[in-house]
Amino acid sequence: MLRLEARPASSKAMSLLSPLIALAITVIAGAALFALLGKDPSRGLAMFFVEPFRGAYAVSELCVKATPLMLIGLGLAVCYRANVWNIGAEGQFVLGAIAASWVAMHAAPDSSRWIVAPILVAGVLGGMAWAAIVAFLRDRANASEILVSLMLVYVANQLLNYLVYGDWKDPNGYGFPQTITFLDPTKIPRLFTGLRVNIGFVMALLSVATFWLFLFRVYGGFQMQVGGLAAAAARYAGFSSRRALWVALLISGGMAGLAGAFEVAGPIGQLTPYVPAGYGFAAIIVAYVGRLNPVGILFSSLLMSLFYIGGELAQSRLGLPKSLTGVFQGVLLFSLLASDTLINYRVRWHAAHPAHPVPASKPAPPVANSTAA
Amino acid sequence: MLRLELIDISKQYPAVRANDRIRLRVEPGQIHAVLGENGAGKSTLMKIIYGAVRPDEGEMVWDGKQVEIRNPQEARALGIAMVFQHFSLFDTLTAAENVWLGLDKSWSLADVTKRIVEVAGVYGLDVDPLRPVHTLSVGERQRVEIVRALLTKPRLLILDEPTSVLTPQAVQALFVTLRKLADEGCSILYISHKLDEIRALCHKCTVMRGGKVTGEVDPRNETNASLSRLMIGAEPPQLHHETARPGEKVLAVRALSLPRLGAFGADLDAVSLDVCKGEIVGVAGVSGNGQQELMAALSGEDPRALPDSICLFGKPIGAHSPRRRRHEGLHFVPEERLGRGAVPSISLSQNTLLTRTESVTPFGWISIGRTAALARQLIADYNVKAGGPDATAKSLSGGNLQKFIVGREIDAHPKLLIVSQPTWGVDVGAAAQIRGALLALRDAGCAVLVVSEDLDELFEISDRLVVIARGRVSPSIPAAQATREQIGQWMSGLWSDDVAEVMHAAA
Amino acid sequence: MDTYALLLAATLNAGTVLAIAGLGLLINERSGIVNLGAEGMMLVAAIAGFATAVQTGSDWLAFGAGALAGALMAGAFGVLVIWLNTNQYATGLALSLFGSGFSAFVGINYTQEHLAARPHFAIPLLGDIPFIGPALFRQHPMVYITIAFMAALTWFLYRSRAGLVLRAVGESPESAHALGYPVRLIRLMAVMAGGALCGVAGAYISVVYTPLWVEGMVAGKGWIALALTTFATWRPSRVLLGAYLFGGVTMLQFHLQGEGVAISSQLLTMLPYLATIAVLVLISRNPVWIRTNMPASLGKPFFPGS
Repeated sequence: MLRLEARPASSKAMSLLSPLIALAITVIAGAALFALLGKDPSRGLAMFFVEPFRGAYAVSELCVKATPLMLIGLGLAVCYRANVWNIGAEGQFVLGAIAASWVAMHAAPDSSRWIVAPILVAGVLGGMAWAAIVAFLRDRANASEILVSLMLVYVANQLLNYLVYGDWKDPNGYGFPQTITFLDPTKIPRLFTGLRVNIGFVMALLSVATFWLFLFRVYGGFQMQVGGLAAAAARYAGFSSRRALWVALLISGGMAGLAGAFEVAGPIGQLTPYVPAGYGFAAIIVAYVGRLNPVGILFSSLLMSLFYIGGELAQSRLGLPKSLTGVFQGVLLFSLLASDTLINYRVRWHAAHPAHPVPASKPAPPVANSTAA
Repeated sequence: MLRLELIDISKQYPAVRANDRIRLRVEPGQIHAVLGENGAGKSTLMKIIYGAVRPDEGEMVWDGKQVEIRNPQEARALGIAMVFQHFSLFDTLTAAENVWLGLDKSWSLADVTKRIVEVAGVYGLDVDPLRPVHTLSVGERQRVEIVRALLTKPRLLILDEPTSVLTPQAVQALFVTLRKLADEGCSILYISHKLDEIRALCHKCTVMRGGKVTGEVDPRNETNASLSRLMIGAEPPQLHHETARPGEKVLAVRALSLPRLGAFGADLDAVSLDVCKGEIVGVAGVSGNGQQELMAALSGEDPRALPDSICLFGKPIGAHSPRRRRHEGLHFVPEERLGRGAVPSISLSQNTLLTRTESVTPFGWISIGRTAALARQLIADYNVKAGGPDATAKSLSGGNLQKFIVGREIDAHPKLLIVSQPTWGVDVGAAAQIRGALLALRDAGCAVLVVSEDLDELFEISDRLVVIARGRVSPSIPAAQATREQIGQWMSGLWSDDVAEVMHAAA
Repeated sequence: MDTYALLLAATLNAGTVLAIAGLGLLINERSGIVNLGAEGMMLVAAIAGFATAVQTGSDWLAFGAGALAGALMAGAFGVLVIWLNTNQYATGLALSLFGSGFSAFVGINYTQEHLAARPHFAIPLLGDIPFIGPALFRQHPMVYITIAFMAALTWFLYRSRAGLVLRAVGESPESAHALGYPVRLIRLMAVMAGGALCGVAGAYISVVYTPLWVEGMVAGKGWIALALTTFATWRPSRVLLGAYLFGGVTMLQFHLQGEGVAISSQLLTMLPYLATIAVLVLISRNPVWIRTNMPASLGKPFFPGS
C-alpha cells in the first residue's frame, strides 16, 4: 500500500513544483466538470487558459483583474507570515472603496488631476482603520482576529448598502442604489489609450519589489516572520508580538483599502453594492498559491485573474454559470494544500508490513510550543 | 527460560539506522539496564518492545514463544508495561482517570480508584487518585505512571530514564520499589545513561552505541571507566579546571517574587541570588520548581519583575526587554533549542539574527553576507557539524545545535551568561565541549549562571551552588563543601536560615 | 402578548441552527481540530438539503442529505489535516471558499424553486397552554431533538469512557498515541461527526428556517457557530445557551424592522455580527481562563512517532 515517509530535509524542488501540480489537478478537475455539464472540455479549458491571452485588450483585462488580487495578496502574505489570520480583507477593501468614493464625490469638473492622490490615500486609510479595529480587539481583549475580521466583512457590506441605498444615492440615478458616476478628474490614469489597465497595475508591480525587500532584507520583516514561525523564539529574541500584530494588520488593511480605491475610482467609476466582488477572499488563495512570496504572488494573481476572465468568457460564450470561477478557485487551493505535503513527505510503496511513517526519534529535549494563546 | 529475547532487531529511519541487529536477553526477576548516550537508539528499541514502533527485521521471543507486537494493547496483553520519560499523562484529568485510560480491562472508574489505593500501599507509592494531574509535582506524576503500569500486573516493566526528575532521596525510594518488584518475579528494563545508578541497582547491563550493542556485562563488576568505554568508546572526557577568582558582583537578584502565569506553573517567592565575575553559580533543582519562571524573569521574556529586583552591575534591569538586556551584556541560552533558542525551519545564518544584530544597519537593512560569515565562524569555532550556514536548524543533531546556540551567545562576549539545561539530550562529546566552553568563559572573567537538573554536571563545573525548590532559592554554598545528600535534602525545600548564617560566615 | 410568544418561538427556531452547528463543532474541537470550513459545509448542505426536499418532499431525507454532504466535506478536510498534516486554518478556509463557490454553482437550478407548504407543528396539550404553548411547544421536532442531543452529548463527554478518550485525545494526542489509542481515527470520526451536524444545521436553514435557496444564504452562521464554541468554553449546555442568545439577537433585529423602528434596516442587519464581536471580546479577555478550558492541542499538528 502507499505510505507517506518523511523526507530528511524539505525538498526545494517540490516547493516550486507543488503549485504546478495543484494547477494540473485543477485543470483535470475542470475538464471533468465541463464534460459533466455537457460541454466540450477542450473548449471549456480554452476559455480559461487560451482566450484570455488573445490580443492586447484581453491581456490588459488580465492585468486589470490581477491588480487588486496582487495588492491584497501581498498584504495578506505579510500577515500570514506573521501568523496573523486576517480573513476580512474583503471588508477592508470595501471600507477603502467607501473612503475613496467619499473623496471622489467631492470632486468638481475642474478639479486638478492630482485629486487621484488623496483618493488613493483615503482608500489606504479606510482599509487601515477597518483593520485597526481587529488589531485593537486582538491586542486588548485577545479576541480571535479570524472571527472579528470576518464579522466585520458582513458589517462592512451592510454599511456599504446603507450608504448607497440611503444618503449617497444618486438623485438622478433612477432610484438604483448607486452613487453618482465619478467625474473625469478622479479617474485613475490609464497606461494605454483604449485599454483599461491603469497605474494601479504599475503600483502593484512596485509593491511586489517593496514587499520582497521588506520580507527578506529588512530586520522588521524578519522579526514578524520569526513571530509567525516560532512565537517562543520571538519572545526569546525580544521581538514585540504586539508590534507585529499591528504592523501586519495595518499593512494588509491598507493594501486592501488601496485595492478598493483603485477599483472604485478605476474600472467601476462609482460606488455600488456590487463593488465587493470577492477579491478579498480570492486574494487569500492568491497568497497561498504564491507561497506567501511576493514574486510567487505576482504569478498567482495572474493565474487567478485567468480564472475570473475565463469564468466570464465561459458564461458569455458557452452559457456556463459564472460561479464556476469559485469552484475552480476552491479546487486550486485544496489541491495546493494536498500537493504541498510532497514538500516534506515522500510517497512510497510498501509491500509487506508497513512501518509507521516516523522521523528519526531521539529522546527529545523539550520543544517550545509556538501557538498564540 | 528467558522472559524476553530480542534477536537481530533492526530499524531504519530516513536519515539514520536507529537499531542495527540488536540482541537483548532479559531473565525473569532481573533488573536489566540498557545503557547508552543520547542518540544511541535506546528509545527506539523500547518503542519496539512496547509495540509503538514496528521493527524492519528481527525476532522477539517472549517466555519462549516467538511473538509479533503490533501495538501497545498487544504488548500490555502480554504483560509488558512502560513508564515513559516524558509522562503520557493528561493534565486536566484526575490521576484515577489517567490510570483508567491506560488500562484495557473493562473495570469501572470506581474499581480502578480502589485498586490504585491498594497497589500504592503495597509498593509505598503515595498517590491520591482524585487529584487532577496538573496539581501534582513531577515526582508524584511519575508515581501515577508507575501505579498505572503496576495495575496491569506486568511481567516486564520498562522504565525510560526514570531518575532525571527525582531528588537523590527519591531515587533511593524508587530503587526499593523496583527491587521489591524484581523479587516478585517481574523483570525490569532500566534505560539510563547514569553509570552510578546502574552499578548500584542493576543485575545486568546491555550497552548500546550508535544503534548497535557493544557489550553485555554485569555492572556490579564494572567501573564507571569500563562502562564509559563501552558506551562512548573512550573514558569520560576530563575537563580542565582552574581555580575560580571571583571579582565584582555582576548580577544581583533581590526578593524577586512573581505570581505564576496561568493555572500550571510555580510562583517565584522572594528569590535572591548573586553571581560575580569569573565564577559559575549552579542552580540545582527538580524540574517544575520554578526554574522556567526564574529564567524567563532573568532573560526578560517575562517582563513583570519589579525594576530593582534584578540588577546588573548595580543598575536595575527588571523592566528591560530581552534586546536591551543583551545590549547591556546579559545573554541567555534557553533549555528548548528548537522553537525558542532557534527557529527550526530557517537557516543557521538567519538564526544568528535572533540575538546578534551586528550585521543589521540602524535602518534595518540586513547584510546577508555578514550574517553568513558570522554563522560560518561559529560553525568553525565550536565544531558544529552542519551542512553550512544555510543548513536549517532542525537538520542539526541536538548536540550540534546546542553547540551552535551556546557558541552564538558566548561569541557575543557577554558580561553575564545564563544557561538553562546546557547539555540536555546532547551526546557525551558535545556535552564535554559545551562544559569546557563554559569553564573557559568563566576563566576569561565572565559571570555564569547555570541551571541544570543534572547534579553531576553542576558539581563538575560550578564554583557555588544554590537549590531552587517550590519557587524559593536557597542560600549558596561552595560546591567543594556541598554533598549530594545535602543538596538532595535542599531540593525538597529543607534548608534553614541557620544554614544561611553558617554559610555566610564560611563564604 | 402574542407577538412576544411568537418572538420567543422564533428565537428557538433561529437558535437551533446555531446550536446544531455549534454542538458539531464542539465535538470537532474537543478532539483538537479546528474546522474553519463550517460555513462552506453548511452552504453545501443547505443546497443538498433543499434539492432533496424539492425532489422527494421529505424533510428528514433532506436532513440526511445535508448530514451526508457535511460529513463528506469534513472527511476530505480530515484526511488532509490529520494524515497529510496540512495547516488546519488554511485547509478549513479552503473548505469554506470551495463550499461557497460549489454551492452557488450547484444551486443555480434551484433559485426559483420552492418547497411545498410547511406543515404546522404542535405538541398536543402542551401546545395549547396560553403563551407558553405558542412560545415553546409548537416547534419543528428538530428543535426538541437538539435539546435532547445536547443532554446526550453532555453525558457522553463527561460520563462515558469514550467521551473521556475523546477529551484525552484533544488534550494530548501524543500521550493518547503512546497509550495505544488510534488518535488519528478518533479525530477523523470527531471531524466527520462535526461535519454531519453542520450539515444538518445547513439543511435546516434551507428547509425549515427559510424554505428557499439563495446563494450565500447561510450568511455567516457557520462563523458565528465557531465563535459560539469558544464563547461556551467547549461545554454543550453553554453552546445551547449561546445559540439561543444569538437567535434572540437575530429575531430582535427582525422585530425592530417590523415595528417600523427608525433605524435603517441595514444597520439592524449588522446586529448579530456586532453581537458576535462583542461576545468574543467579553469571553476572550481572560486568556488564562480560555487556556485552562480549551482542548490543549487545538489547532496544533500531530505527528505520531515524534
